[in-house]
Amino acid sequence: MKLELQGITKVFGSLVANDHIDLVVEPGEIHALLGENGAGKSTLMNVLYGLYDPSEGQILLDDVPQRFNGPGDAVAAGIGMVHQHFMLVPVFTVAESVALGYEPAGPAGVLEMAKARQHVLEISERFGFEIDPDAKIEDLPVGVQQRVEIIKALSRDAKVLILDEPTAVLTPQETDELINIMGELKESGTSIVFITHKLREVRAIADRITVIRRGKVVGEASPTSTETELASLMVGRSVSLAVDKEPAEPGDVAFELDKLTVLGSTGTPVVDKVKLKVAAGEIVCLAGVQGNGQSELAEAILGLADTDGGAIRLDGEDLAGKSVRERLEAGIGFVPEDRSTDGAIADFSIAENLVLDLYNTEEFSRGVSLSPSKVAANANVRTEEFDVRFTDIHDKISTLSGGNAQKVVLAREMSRPLRLFVASQPTRGLDVGSIEFVHKRIVAERDKGTPVIIVSTELDEVVSLADRIAVMYRGKIVGIVDVAKAGPMGVNRDVLGLMMAGVSLADAEAQIAKDASATTPKSDEEVPS
Amino acid sequence: MSTSTVTEPVPDTEVDEAVVGKINYRAPIVNALAALITLLVFGMGPTADAETTFQVSSGSTMFSIPNISLPSLITILVLGFVQLGAAAYALVLVRARRTVPVWLHIIVGLAFVISFLVYAGAGRSSVIPVTTLLAGALALSVPLIFGAMSGVVCERSGVINIAIEGQLLIGAFAAAAIASRFASSYAGLVAAPIAGAMVGALLAWFAVRFQVNQIIVGVVLNTLVIGLTGFLFSTVMSDDAALWNARQPLSTIKIPLLSEIPIIGPVLFQQTILVYLMYVIVIVLQFMLFRSRWGLRTRAVGEYPKAADTVGIKVNTRRVWNVIMAGAIAGLGGAFFSIGSGLAFGREMSAGQGYIALAAMILGKWNPKLAVVAALLFGFSRNLGNVLSSIGSAVPSELLLMLPYIITILAVAGFVGKVRGPAAAGTPYTKS
Amino acid sequence: MSDTTNPPVKTEEEPPSGDSMMQRIVAGNALISVLAVVIALVIGGFLIAFANEDVREAATYFFSRPMDTISAAWTAVSDAYIALFRGSIFNWEATTFAGAIKPLTESIVFAVPLILAGLGIAVGFRAGLFNIGAQGQIIVGAIFASYIGFAWDLPVGLHLLLAMIGGAVGGAVWGAIPGVLKAKSGANEVIVTIMLNYVAVYLISYTLKQPVFNPGRSGQKSPAVAESASYPPLIPDWLVPGNSFRLHWGVIVAILATMAVWWLMERSTIGFELRAAGANPNAARTAGMSVGRITVITMVIAGGLAGLASTAQVLGTEGALTAGVAASYGFDAITVALLGRSKPWGVFFAGLLFGALKAGGFLMQSLTQTPIDIVLVVQSVIVLLIAAPPLVRAIFRLPDPDRPRRSARTAKKQEVAA
Repeated sequence: MKLELQGITKVFGSLVANDHIDLVVEPGEIHALLGENGAGKSTLMNVLYGLYDPSEGQILLDDVPQRFNGPGDAVAAGIGMVHQHFMLVPVFTVAESVALGYEPAGPAGVLEMAKARQHVLEISERFGFEIDPDAKIEDLPVGVQQRVEIIKALSRDAKVLILDEPTAVLTPQETDELINIMGELKESGTSIVFITHKLREVRAIADRITVIRRGKVVGEASPTSTETELASLMVGRSVSLAVDKEPAEPGDVAFELDKLTVLGSTGTPVVDKVKLKVAAGEIVCLAGVQGNGQSELAEAILGLADTDGGAIRLDGEDLAGKSVRERLEAGIGFVPEDRSTDGAIADFSIAENLVLDLYNTEEFSRGVSLSPSKVAANANVRTEEFDVRFTDIHDKISTLSGGNAQKVVLAREMSRPLRLFVASQPTRGLDVGSIEFVHKRIVAERDKGTPVIIVSTELDEVVSLADRIAVMYRGKIVGIVDVAKAGPMGVNRDVLGLMMAGVSLADAEAQIAKDASATTPKSDEEVPS
Repeated sequence: MSTSTVTEPVPDTEVDEAVVGKINYRAPIVNALAALITLLVFGMGPTADAETTFQVSSGSTMFSIPNISLPSLITILVLGFVQLGAAAYALVLVRARRTVPVWLHIIVGLAFVISFLVYAGAGRSSVIPVTTLLAGALALSVPLIFGAMSGVVCERSGVINIAIEGQLLIGAFAAAAIASRFASSYAGLVAAPIAGAMVGALLAWFAVRFQVNQIIVGVVLNTLVIGLTGFLFSTVMSDDAALWNARQPLSTIKIPLLSEIPIIGPVLFQQTILVYLMYVIVIVLQFMLFRSRWGLRTRAVGEYPKAADTVGIKVNTRRVWNVIMAGAIAGLGGAFFSIGSGLAFGREMSAGQGYIALAAMILGKWNPKLAVVAALLFGFSRNLGNVLSSIGSAVPSELLLMLPYIITILAVAGFVGKVRGPAAAGTPYTKS
Repeated sequence: MSDTTNPPVKTEEEPPSGDSMMQRIVAGNALISVLAVVIALVIGGFLIAFANEDVREAATYFFSRPMDTISAAWTAVSDAYIALFRGSIFNWEATTFAGAIKPLTESIVFAVPLILAGLGIAVGFRAGLFNIGAQGQIIVGAIFASYIGFAWDLPVGLHLLLAMIGGAVGGAVWGAIPGVLKAKSGANEVIVTIMLNYVAVYLISYTLKQPVFNPGRSGQKSPAVAESASYPPLIPDWLVPGNSFRLHWGVIVAILATMAVWWLMERSTIGFELRAAGANPNAARTAGMSVGRITVITMVIAGGLAGLASTAQVLGTEGALTAGVAASYGFDAITVALLGRSKPWGVFFAGLLFGALKAGGFLMQSLTQTPIDIVLVVQSVIVLLIAAPPLVRAIFRLPDPDRPRRSARTAKKQEVAA
C-alpha cells in the first residue's frame, strides 16, 4: 500500500510540532524517518495513527484521502503501529493482548480464547517467533514483548507498519533479528515506516531516508550517505560528536563497588555481584542496553534501591545501609535518569528546585526555619553560573525547556564539594547545545578530581565522554574497556556492541578481529575520539 | 528469544553463596498471633467446668437438630493449639520458600472465630443461635455485596468509586419513595438502580469529563446525597408520609427444595427477589469480567488506557458507561435498606455501609468472588457483635462492633498491603 | 487506591497524576469560588421552592395561573435565605445590639472547629495524603481533652493549656496510626482513616459508659469540664452588655493555628519536605527526604489540628464530652479544606463561610421549616463546582485563562516524547 502525507501540521498551543510535512512511502518500502529527540517524529506518527488530529494537511492511502477519528479507523485502513512504549497491558496474556479490540467472541460477547490463541500461533509460526500465547506480558523480556506488538499489528492485516524507535530497548543482536523481520515483512509487501535517531540502523535497513528537524522535513537522504552527513542534516549544522577534553589524570581509587547485589521485585538479581573501582578524576561510563541493571546500580549507589549484599565504599567508608540523605551528605552528587519524575518537582519554583536536597543545610535554614532570601540568592547565582534561561526564579520549573531544567538539576548537584558524581542519561532528550554544555560541566567536575560515573545507553555519548567504559549485561559487568589504551582509531563500537549482548571483552575482540579479516572493513566504522 | 549470537558471560570464578530474596514471615506471624489471643485471652475466660451451647435450627419441620454443648475450656485449648500448629506449619513453609496455602488461613480463621464464640458463650444459660447468626450475617452483607460489585465494575475500568455510600443511600430513598407512591415494592426495585445510576452519572461527569479528583468527587457526592435525601425526607416525605414513605416490603420467595437444606437452606434460599438478583449479579459479573469482550476491554481501560485507545477502544466512553452501571448496581443494593428489609426510609439509613463495601472490594482484590467473601466476613462479624450483645455476653458490644473495621485496617496493612489494584484507577485519561 | 504500579514502560507524555491532582486542589482563582457559591445558592433555592407546600399547591394550577407558583416560590426562597442571613450575620429584628450581632458570633463559634480541622486536612492534602479521618481524630482528641478538663485539678491557665495539649495529642495519636501504617506497609490512608472514624465512634460510645466518664450513669454526657480548663468568653460583658455570646477564646486559637500552619507550609523546612513529598514523592526521595517519615509527621500534625478542633467543642462550646461531640465537623472540614484550596487563609475563610451557613441554617430551619440538610447540598455543590472550573466557566461563558499556558506545557511534554 502506498502511504502519502501531504502538508501535515500539528500545533500544540504556541508550539508547532509538525510543520507542513510531506512524506511518500511506496509499497514494500522501508522508509526511515530520522530525527533528533524532540524533532516531531512521534507526533507525526501519532497523527498518522489517528491518535492526534492534524491541525492541517491530509493522509492518503493508495491516493485516497483518509480521515481518522481514532486509532480504530487507522487500523481499519491498514495501518499498524509498534509503539516506542509498548501498548500492552502487563497483566494480560499474549493472546488477550493480541485479541484486545478485535476479540473473537460468541453470543453475549463471550470470548473465544481458543481462536485468539490459534491466531497468535499462526502468525508467530509464519515469522518463526516462539511465543506462548498464554504467557503473561509482564513476565516476558522486552524483545519478546516487541514481537507481541508486531503480531498485534500483523493480526489486523497491517499494510503499512510504523515502528517507533523499535531498537531503543534491544541489544545489538536483537536489533539484527528485528532487521531480519523487517526484511521479511518487506518481502511480503508491507510498507514500513521506521522511526529512529540512530544513524547506523538507518543505513543498514532503510530504502529511503527522510530527515526531520524541529517539525520540518529538512531533506531526503540515501542509505549510502555517511553518518556524518546524516548527523549534520539531523542537527542542522556540522557537529563534532566528540567531547573536547584532556586525557584523564586519574588519582587513587576513591570509589569502589564490591560484589554489589540488588534483587528485583521477583527476587532475581538485577545487579549481580558487581565489582567496580573508580579513581579520583576519571569518568567511568556504564554502557549497555536499557534494562540491564545500570539504572538500578546507580540507584543503589544513592540508596534509592535496597542492596542485597556487597559493599559501596567511598574513600574507604562503606555506604551500604546508609540513608539517601547520609549519602548525599557524604558528598555524592546524583543526577537521576528521569528528570521529570525524580530529579525535579514540576510544581516547585526554579529556586526551590535548586535547593531540593540542600534546604536543610545551614546555608539555607536555621533550625526548621527556612530562609527564602537565601534560597533566592542562591538561585540567582546558580542560574547565572549554569546559563539557565528563565523569566523569574520563582516560576515553576515546568516552565523551562528540557535542557534548562536539566541544567537546574546539574547546577544543584554540582553546587557543593563532591566526592563522587553519578549521572544517569544526563543528556537524554536534550538539544545539541545543552548536550555540549552538560558534557563540558561533567568533564570539568572530573578535572576537579572527582570520580565520575555516567550511565548512558547512547553509545556516542559513552564513547566520547568516558575514560573507561564498563559494559553491563543482565546485571553483571561483562568487561571494562580503557579508552586511553584504544589507540588512534578509538574504541571499536562493534566490540562494545558484542559486549552489550553479554560477550566478554576478550571474546568480543577476537570475534571482531576474525570478522575483520574475513570481510573488508568499512572506512567509517570507527568514530574518531 | 534467540541466543544464537549470544555467548553466556564468563561465570564468576569465586564460589558464591546463592543470592536469594528476603523471607516474608507475615503468614506465620499472623497465625501465631491468632493462636496466642485464643490461648491467652479466650483461654483465660471460662472456668474449668463451663460449657457453651450452640443452637442450630433447621428452618423446616422436616429435620430437627438438637442443641450442641461443648466444654468451653477444652474446646478453646484444642482450637488454640490447632492454630499454633498451623502457625508452625506456615513457618516451615515460608522458610522453605513455599507459599502458604489459602486453606491454612481458612482453618485458622474458623478456629479463631469458633473459639471466640465458645469464649463469649461460656457458662451462660443463653445459647448461641448459629442459624440466626448466619441469616443475620447474610442480611447485613447484602448491601455490602452490591456495593462491592459496584466498586469492582467502577475501579476495574479505572475510576475510584467512593460514592458507593451515596449510591446505596439514594437507592434506599428512591426505592422507598417510588414503592410507596405506586404502592408496589417492585416499582421501588426499578427506581433504585435508576437513582443509583444518576449518582454514577454525576461521578462519571465530574471524574471523566472534568477530571476532578475521583476521591474528592466521591466524598462530596456522598455529602450531596445525604443532604438531598435528608432534605426531601424532612419535607416532601414527612409532609405526606402515607403517600411517599409507606412501608412496601418485598415479599419473601421460598425456593422449593433448596430452602429445605438444613442451616444454609433457610439462610440462602428463603429470601426476597433482591437477594436472588444479587446472586445473579455476582455470578454474571465474575464470568463477564474475565471471559467476555466487555470484561477484557474494561480491564484494559482500567490497567492501561492508552493501550486500549491504540486499538480503537473509546476509553472515556467505556468508563462513563461502566461508572453509570456501577451506580445502578449500588443503587439496587440500596433498596435492601428500605423495601428489602421492609422498612420505611430513614435519614442516613445506609450508615456508612458504602465505605465498608469499598473495604470489602479491596480485601477481595477487585475480584467479584473474593469481594463477596470479604463482604460476608464483615456482615458476619457485625452480626456477631449484635447477637452477642443480645445474649448478654461479657464482651462489650462496642468492642465487637469495632471488629470489622479493625480487621479491615489490619488486612489493608498486612494481608493486602502489597496487593495491586487496577493500575490506572484514579487517573483520568487524556490523549492530547 | 492501593499500590498502583505503572505499566513496564513509562509513558512520559502523560502527566504524573499525583502532581496534577494535588496541584488542582491548590490552584484556582477567587472568581470561580464566588460564582460557585452563587450557583450553589441558586440550586438550593430551586430545592427549597420544590419542597415548599405552598409552591406545590400553586403548581397544581400552574397552567391557569403561573404567577401564583412563581410568587410562592419567590416567597419561600427569599424567606429561607433571609432567615439564613439573619441567623448567620446580622439580625435586624433583634431589640439589642448584642442580639443583633449574636448571629455573627454564632457563625464564628461554628467556624472554629471547621477551621482547625480543615487546616489539618489541608496539611494532608499538601503532602499528598487523603486524610478522611478528621472525624475520628476529633473524637479521640475530645476524649483526651475532656478527661483532663474534668478529672484533673490544676491552676487556671496551666489546666487549660494541658487540656488543649491533651486534645491535640489525642488527635495526633489517632492521626499517627494511618500515617505509620502507610509508611510501614503502604496501607492506603483513605481506607484506614475511614475505618478509624468508625472505630472512634464506638470508642466514644464505650468511653461514655465507663464510670469515670459517666459517674451518675445519667446518660451520654461526661461531667462538665472545670472552669479552669475552659476557654474564657471572648467578648466580656462590659464590652457588649447583656450578651449571651457563646464565642470563646477558641477563635484566637484558630487564628493562631492558621498563622502557624502558614508559617509551617511556606517558611519551614518541614513544610518544604511536606510539599515536596506531596508534589512528587520520587523526587523527594531522590533528594534524600524520607517520605515515610514525612507521612507520619504530616498525619501527626493533621491529627493534632483536628484534636485542637475538638477542644473548641469540649473546652468551649459544649463544655463536656458527648457522643455527638464531633457532629459532622470532620466531614465538613474536608469540604472546607477543598473550598479553601488547602491554603491556610483560604481554609480560614472557607471555614467562616461554612460556619455561617451552619449557624444560619438553624434559624432557617426554625423560622421557615426549611431543613438544615439544604446546607449540606449547598456545600457539596460549591465544592463540586470549584473542583471543576471549566464547568463554572461554561455556565457563565467565561474565557479560559489557562488555555494558552497549559497547552504550551502539554506541547512541551509532547516535544520531549516525540
